[in-house]
Amino acid sequence: MTTTTVASFEIKHHQYLDADGKPTQELPAFAKDMDKMRSLYRDMALLRAFDAKTYALQRTGKMGTYPASLGQEAIGIGYGDCLTADDVIVPYYRSTGGLLKHGVTMKEILQYWGGDEGGSDYSVAKEDFPICVPIGNQIVHASGVAKAIQIRKQKRAVVTEIGEGGTSEGDFYEGINVAGVWNLGVVFMVNNNQWAISVPSEIQTACETYAQKAIAAGIEGIQVDGNDIIAVRQVAEYAIEKARNGGGPTVIESVTYRLCDHTTADDASRYDNKDVKDEAWKNEPMVRLRKYLEANKAWSDKDEEAMNAENAKKVEAAVEEYMAIPKPGPELMFDHLFEELPEMTKPQREEAIRRAGGNK
Amino acid sequence: MAAITLIEAVTAALAHELEHDKEVILFGEDVGKNGGVFRATDGLQATYGEERVIDTPLAESMIAGLAVGMAAQGMKPVAEMQFMGFIFPAMEHIVTQVARMRNRTRGRLTMPMVIRAPYGGGIHAPEHHSESTEALFAHIPGLKVVIPSNPSRAYGLMLAAIRDPDPVIFLEPKRVYRIVKHEVEDNGEEYPLEACFVDREGKDITLISWGAMMHETLIAAEKLAAEGIDAEVIDVATVSPIDMETILESVRKTGRVCVVQEAPKSGSIGSEIAAEIAEHAVMSLLAPIGRVSGYDTVMPYYKLEKQYMPTVDRILDEAKRIMEYK
Repeated sequence: MTTTTVASFEIKHHQYLDADGKPTQELPAFAKDMDKMRSLYRDMALLRAFDAKTYALQRTGKMGTYPASLGQEAIGIGYGDCLTADDVIVPYYRSTGGLLKHGVTMKEILQYWGGDEGGSDYSVAKEDFPICVPIGNQIVHASGVAKAIQIRKQKRAVVTEIGEGGTSEGDFYEGINVAGVWNLGVVFMVNNNQWAISVPSEIQTACETYAQKAIAAGIEGIQVDGNDIIAVRQVAEYAIEKARNGGGPTVIESVTYRLCDHTTADDASRYDNKDVKDEAWKNEPMVRLRKYLEANKAWSDKDEEAMNAENAKKVEAAVEEYMAIPKPGPELMFDHLFEELPEMTKPQREEAIRRAGGNK
Repeated sequence: MAAITLIEAVTAALAHELEHDKEVILFGEDVGKNGGVFRATDGLQATYGEERVIDTPLAESMIAGLAVGMAAQGMKPVAEMQFMGFIFPAMEHIVTQVARMRNRTRGRLTMPMVIRAPYGGGIHAPEHHSESTEALFAHIPGLKVVIPSNPSRAYGLMLAAIRDPDPVIFLEPKRVYRIVKHEVEDNGEEYPLEACFVDREGKDITLISWGAMMHETLIAAEKLAAEGIDAEVIDVATVSPIDMETILESVRKTGRVCVVQEAPKSGSIGSEIAAEIAEHAVMSLLAPIGRVSGYDTVMPYYKLEKQYMPTVDRILDEAKRIMEYK
């Protein structure tokens, strides 16, 4: 009788830029392309400007609850930049960056969070899922989408996203496990922003990393500095290529910090630590990318000003479009319940329309 | 044409759709080589391959969630839950995603899927294998809930369920999987959903049931006939949405009605049917509406299941009580 080690594992952490924007290792080719890096910076800035505007809209009663991505912009913009129109995003509520990169419009996102399901009737990314509200369901859906893609022998990647708290849900394990067994082309992005509303990461798991949860599903798990868009993009691109080409699934944990409230309905000052948050601000993804661009003489104050003005204009235009959307009629409650409304339900539809028409 | 059982009719319908629609995919626990624990998918993997008849890991929430992903890609998943008692981990997906996806995307992504599950008592099964919780699903807008009562209906309704553009919960009354055989022609002809079937015409009282209880109900109708009471018997078949027109038409004719169900009484399909009759045909009633049902108790383990389940005698007693009103 002997005792032997039958399996052992390690988790790699990837970082290319430190908090000062200085390279920590040889950079990938795209990171040396200043046009590409400027464009990623602009995308992140647009997301931040959009989020700020949605807060203002919510506070003035023009929109419902909204979850911002402040401090976490590198994640959605990073993986979103690697996708083609054929790929599929199965998003959760903090996937705004990825969805915008995939062609979902700011107007549609505002329409959705403004209380209208019509916002999920995407005009461009027609196979992307609506955002998932119940925590973790999207992980299994992504595996289902990837199974269909595999059966049809297509070369398309599926990307889904979840918070670190969501990885405590059974669906997270069930979804990554089947992806492993069936070698499905899914990239599972874990946004480890340290908080599940008010519950800190140390109460969520005894694991040292969230990436290692992949090990129990027999799939690759990688950790990246989620505030370093070069690291996020580089590892996401690897995993997305792998997914498209039959290489199977990957879990990517992006370590970041939620600098905003959970949503507009939350007040993080009730539970977070000001010193920790001040420290986290020094680490946030846009400052470091700007420093990197400036060090490469690829960005100036003038560029920043021009970009901010342009982004403000884009956001304003989207808000105008959103505000111009007519209020949905009550028939919409009924018209997409089934392809054909059951006989039993037809009188209810008529009543809802009649009463909305002011004829009580 | 061959005489086949209800479960063989399920298999025949599944095979027919696998044969004629390449988007149909079957999956679940043990559905492959083993052909399902009741053999509903017997031989299908051997014929249609492992890519179309797929054994999954053991996780019901995942099974429902996979169906959501595949349906969103335009496939027609037919997922098996091994027993309805194990469907509850999948309830989250069924309620929050399957039933809602069409509406929450305004028709962009639809859910043309079937979730099959054997259900009901009477086979001396382990705990959690015998409940009748169809009302849980019927309560959720966006789902259709279909229950066949005999082999030909299992065949025709399964075809309709798979071809339906919306999600169908297809509950198979396992007590009657093998008790009767029907001549069923494998001709691909479906039966309509959202339609009741009048299995016996009569003028004195309307007996309404579905699933396994149709057998006791039809026996009771014959016994009533011997006593001079002419019962009409309706198989609801699609318990949500219900074809109330057929039921109301019958009630307006007979003026007396008794609903027979295996499920607990409160908040049930029987309650809904009684309420609809009260709303729309109360003036036609000659007697109070009767309900013969399981008790409002936990479904007992098998030593007591016969005491729980409605019997022919209970149906006869209730029908005669209803007939006493002049």
